[in-house]
Amino acid sequence: MKYLIIESRDPFDSGDVPQLYAVAKSLRADGNDVTLFLVQNGVLAARPSKHSDALSAVAKTGVQVLADEFSLRERGIAANRLASGVSASPLDVVVDQLAEGRKALWH
Amino acid sequence: MAKTLTFALMDPPYEDARSTTALRLIDLALRRGHSVNVFAYEGAVYLPFAKQAPHPNAVHGRDVEQEDHPNPKNWIAALLALARQNGSKLDWVQCGLCVDERGAAEAIEGLRRGSPADLFKFVEESDNTLVIPTR
Repeated sequence: MKYLIIESRDPFDSGDVPQLYAVAKSLRADGNDVTLFLVQNGVLAARPSKHSDALSAVAKTGVQVLADEFSLRERGIAANRLASGVSASPLDVVVDQLAEGRKALWH
Repeated sequence: MAKTLTFALMDPPYEDARSTTALRLIDLALRRGHSVNVFAYEGAVYLPFAKQAPHPNAVHGRDVEQEDHPNPKNWIAALLALARQNGSKLDWVQCGLCVDERGAAEAIEGLRRGSPADLFKFVEESDNTLVIPTR
């Protein structure tokens, strides 16, 4: 199965964000193709910090971790200085993966 | 290949970036030629409220024109125009119960009133559905 998980929340503000990362890792461990797309304040975790290690750990399992370019720009986060395993991406990817029929979850 | 996507929105305008992201997604989907269904419920029925008005900003000494205050109803009107222009479809349903509770019946033209049954129908007929819940 293919999954699209959209994280809009800031891990510094929402204690349940790591649980969504765990869902992504778990789905990947079961052999699924998983994209974790960060948007809005969700991209704050992509800036190298205490919380970005958890995000990099998700990427290491094979989950594709993307951060919305627009949200990054809004927050002054340089797209070329993101945490290991995280890539900047246009929001178009979400539309394309929805059209592809991925199971989608917004948090 | 053009698909049909459904978005369920809950957030009222001027509250959270979720509304902006939702409208960005709808815009991108329409520009790719997909048909889009929207089911607006709870506070989201105020997104196309016709009486939204731009305002000056006395604190910063700016008049209405200088303030250039954005109103979501204009963005939604632009999305409806985009769908007409490129031959795709934007079917925006306002949850009637939510509208009545909030006195939000005065919406811009081009939308329709419905019920959760429309959301069920949308989901059944769509290639995919994204629910953007409020927090």
